[in-house]
Amino acid sequence: MLQNLPIPFLVLSFLTILSALYVVTSKNPVHSVLALIFTFFTISAHYVLLNAQFLAVVNLIVYAGAIMVLFLFVLMLLNLSKESEPVKSNWWGIAAAISAGSLLLIITAAFQVSGEAVAKNPVEGIGLVKALGKVLFTRFVVPFELTGILFLAAMVGAVLLGKREKAVDALISKEESNG
Amino acid sequence: MDSALFLEKLILIVVILAITLVMALYFTFGERKIAAFFQDRLGPNRVGPFGLLQPFADGGKLLFKEEIIPKNAEKWLFILGPGIAMIVATITSAVIPWGTSLPIFGRDVQLQVADVNIGVLYIMGIVSIGVYGIMIGGWASNNKYSLYGAIRASAQMISYELSMGLALIAVVMMSGTLSLREMVEQQVGLNWNVWYQPLGFILFLTCALAECNRAPFDLAECETELIGGYHVEYSSMKLGFYLFSEYINMFISSAVMACVYFGGYNFPGMHLISDPMILGIAQVAVMFAKIFFFVFLFMWIRWTLPRFRYDQLMRLGWKAMIPLALLNMLATGAVSLFNSQGF
Amino acid sequence: MNEITIKNTGQIISTETIDGDIATLNLGPTHPATHGIFQNILKVDGERILSAEPTIGYIHRAFEKLAERRPYNQITPITDRLNYCSSPINNIGWHMTVEKLAGIEVPKRVDYMRVIVMELARIADHLVCNSVIGVDTGALTGFTYMFQEREKIYELYEEICGARLTTNVGRIGGFERDFSASFHAKLNKFLEEFPVNFEEFDRLLTRNRIFMDRVIGAGPIKPERALEYSFSGPNLRAAGVDYDVRVMNPYSSYQDFDFDIPVGKDGDTYDRFVVRQEEIRQSVKIIRQALEKMPSGDFHANVPEFYLPPKEEVYRSMESLIYHFKIVMGETAIPAGEVYHAVEGGNGELGYYLVSDGGRTPYRLHFRRPCFIYYQAYPEMIVDSVLSDAILTMSSMNIIAGELDA
Repeated sequence: MLQNLPIPFLVLSFLTILSALYVVTSKNPVHSVLALIFTFFTISAHYVLLNAQFLAVVNLIVYAGAIMVLFLFVLMLLNLSKESEPVKSNWWGIAAAISAGSLLLIITAAFQVSGEAVAKNPVEGIGLVKALGKVLFTRFVVPFELTGILFLAAMVGAVLLGKREKAVDALISKEESNG
Repeated sequence: MDSALFLEKLILIVVILAITLVMALYFTFGERKIAAFFQDRLGPNRVGPFGLLQPFADGGKLLFKEEIIPKNAEKWLFILGPGIAMIVATITSAVIPWGTSLPIFGRDVQLQVADVNIGVLYIMGIVSIGVYGIMIGGWASNNKYSLYGAIRASAQMISYELSMGLALIAVVMMSGTLSLREMVEQQVGLNWNVWYQPLGFILFLTCALAECNRAPFDLAECETELIGGYHVEYSSMKLGFYLFSEYINMFISSAVMACVYFGGYNFPGMHLISDPMILGIAQVAVMFAKIFFFVFLFMWIRWTLPRFRYDQLMRLGWKAMIPLALLNMLATGAVSLFNSQGF
Repeated sequence: MNEITIKNTGQIISTETIDGDIATLNLGPTHPATHGIFQNILKVDGERILSAEPTIGYIHRAFEKLAERRPYNQITPITDRLNYCSSPINNIGWHMTVEKLAGIEVPKRVDYMRVIVMELARIADHLVCNSVIGVDTGALTGFTYMFQEREKIYELYEEICGARLTTNVGRIGGFERDFSASFHAKLNKFLEEFPVNFEEFDRLLTRNRIFMDRVIGAGPIKPERALEYSFSGPNLRAAGVDYDVRVMNPYSSYQDFDFDIPVGKDGDTYDRFVVRQEEIRQSVKIIRQALEKMPSGDFHANVPEFYLPPKEEVYRSMESLIYHFKIVMGETAIPAGEVYHAVEGGNGELGYYLVSDGGRTPYRLHFRRPCFIYYQAYPEMIVDSVLSDAILTMSSMNIIAGELDA
C-alpha cells in the first residue's frame, strides 16, 4: 500500500508524526511548542500537496504565526523549570491516554463510515481562494457568518475578562483601604 | 515541469538570493554612510575606494571572530535562532515580481520565482513566522536581557501583524487579487495603489518598520536598555546572521511596499519601449529604484526619531493602528461596493 | 509567602500585586546606559521595577584621602577627575576655596575670565547630558551634533590651558596666562555658531512627539522630597525650586551678570532636559556679558607665595626662585581654619569643605558631590516605573561615575 503513495507525502507524514510525538514526549515545554510549530509546518506542506495553498498559508499565519507565538510568549514569561513544575500523579497520564485513545477510535470510526466521500473532490480547485470564497459565501454562508459572530463574541469575552480582572483588583484594593 | 523550466527557476533563485545577500551587505554600508551623512560625519571610507569594500571587511571579520556559545544556553536552539531568522528573511523574495520577463537564450524568463495566486498571504505567513528566529535565539541565550528582547519582539510582532494584514486586505479588496504579479499589472503607469490607499500605505509603512525591528520600533534590541536585546549573547557569524536578516527584511519589505502600493516595476511610458530586453532591464531598474527609496526612508527614520517605550508601542499598535486599519478597510469595502453596484 | 523583603534596603514587597515571577536584573556595572561604572540590582516584575539597590564604589579612588597627602596646588588635578564633563568648574571651585581660606582677593578680570570658562564648562556638561538623553531614547543624531559643539568647547579649553578633558585650568590666584587673541577669535566664532546649531538640536528633540512621550513623567521627584535629599542644580530646579548657588551665594562676581534661572514643574526627565536646555542659553548670555564687560587688569592676583612666578623671573631674581621652589615642592604655608565654598557645578552644588591645620596639606578635604546625592534618590525615583524610564532617569540626572565615587 505504501508503494502507491507519493514520496513527498510519505516523508511529510513521517515528519509530522515524529514531531507530533515529540510534542507529547518532550519534557521541556519550549521544545514541545517548537515541535508543535514544526508539526504545523508539515501539515501546511500537506495542504500544499493537496493543492490547497490558501489553507496552507492560513494555517501558517493563524497557528504557527499567531497562536504558537503567544504560547511561546507565555512559556518564556513563566520560565518553567523542573523545580517549579508541580508533581502530577500517574493517574493523570492514564486518564489522558484513555481519553485520547477514545478520541482516536471515534475519529477512525467516523472516517470508516464516511468512507469514499472524503476523497471526492466536488469543486474544481477547491483549495484555491476564489473557489473557496465562492463556496463559503454561497453554500456555507450561514455557518460562515455564525462563525464570525462566534469569534466576535469570543473577542468581546476576552476583552471583558481582561477588564474584569482589573475591576476586581480595584474593588479589592478599595475594600482593603476601607477596612 | 520540464527540466529547462526547473533549471531556469533554479538559476533565478540563486541569482535572486545572491542579489538579496549583496544588497543586504551593501545596505549595511549604506546605513553607515547615510547615518554618517545625517550625523555630519564621514562614515566608512578606509577599505577600498570610498570605503566600498567595507561590507566585505565587516563580513570577513564576523566570519573569523571566535564563536561563543554560552555554557548555560540551549545549544541547538541557540544555533537554530539565527538560522531561522536568515531563512525566513530570504524566502520571502520568492513571490516578488522583479519585472515582467527577459528573453534569454530564446526563452521568455519570467522575473519571479513563483507566481503563486496567494502571494500576499504568503508574505503575511512568512512575516508572521519571522519572529521565531528572534524568540528562539533570545530565549535560548539564557540571558535576562535577551529574554526581554525576545518577549518584546514577539508581542510587538503579533500586534503589528494585525494592522499590517488589515492594511493589506484593503488593497486586496480593491484589486481583487492576492497575487502580487496581478496586483502590479493593475497599476499601469502612475495608476498606483497609494493614490487610493494613502492611509493604508502609512499604516503598512509603520507596520513594516515594526516588523523589521527598525527604529522607532527597535525595542527588541534597544541598545541603551537591553544592551543588544535578543542578540546580546551572540557573536561571530551568528550575530552576523541576525544583523543581515534585519537588512534583508528591510529590502524585502521595501520590495513589497513598492509592489503593493507603488506600482512595482511599472513606470510611466512603459508601453513605448518595444524591445523586451530593454523593457525587462528598465523594469528591474525601476523596481530597484523604488526599493532603494524605501530603504533610504527606513534609514532616514531610524537616524531621526527616538524610539517608543514599550507600553506606548502597544498603545499605538492596538488603539491607533488597528482601528484606523479597520476604518480604512470598511471605507474601501464601501467604496468598491458602490463602484461595482451603485446604490 | 506573601511578602518579599529586599536585602539591604529592607523594602517589603507584597507578592499579591505581582503577575509573574520576580526576577533580579543587574543593571550594570557594565551596561551601556550607566555611562560609567555603577550597579543597580533591580527586582523586576516583567519590566516593572519593584525595587532597586544602588551599588557604588566601582571607581572609587580615595580622592579625599589622597588630598590629605597633597599640597594645595597639587589637588587641582584630582578635582579634574570628579565630574570630568565639566572639569574647569571643579578646578576653579577648588582654587576659590583655597583663596577663601588664605584670604586672597583676585582682580575683577580674573573673576570674569573664570565666569567665561565656567560657563563654557557648564554648556559642555549640559550638552553631554541632554544629548545622551537623546541617545537613551534612541535618537543618536542629535548627540553627534552636540558633540561637535562640545569639541569646539574643548578646543577653547585647549587655547586656555593646553588640555581638553582633564583641564587642570588656572591656578590659585588666577590664570597661568591671559586669554590669547586666538582664544577670543575662537570664542567669538563659537558664540556666533553655537546658538544656531543648538537651536537645531533643540528642534530635533524638545517638541518631538515621541521624545516627549518618552520623557514626560519619567522619573519624577517632588520638590519637598528633592530638598529632603538635598538635591541641587538643574535636578532641583527641574522639580520647581529656584535654588542656584550663582544667585543665592554669588561667587566670582556672578552678581554682575543678568541671567535667568529656569525652573521646572514636575521634576521629571522632560523638565530636567528643558531646564538644562534653557541653562545652556543662559550660559551663552552670561559669556556674552562677561566678554562685553571684561575689565582690564591683571590675569592673576598678586600673591607670590601661591602663584608661580614667570619662568624668566625664576632664573633672574632670588625671590622668584624661592617662591618657585616652595610652590613646586608644596611648602606654602596656609592659615589654619576651616572653610566651605560651593560653586554651581555642572549638575549641582559642588562644595569643598576644607579643614587646614596650617600644614602643607589639607587636614581634611571633603567634596560635596551632587551626583552622590542624586544617586541615593535614584531607587525611589524609579520604583514602579519600567526599565526604559529607569534608564532615562539615570541619564537625565547626569550621574557621572567619577563624581559619584570620587
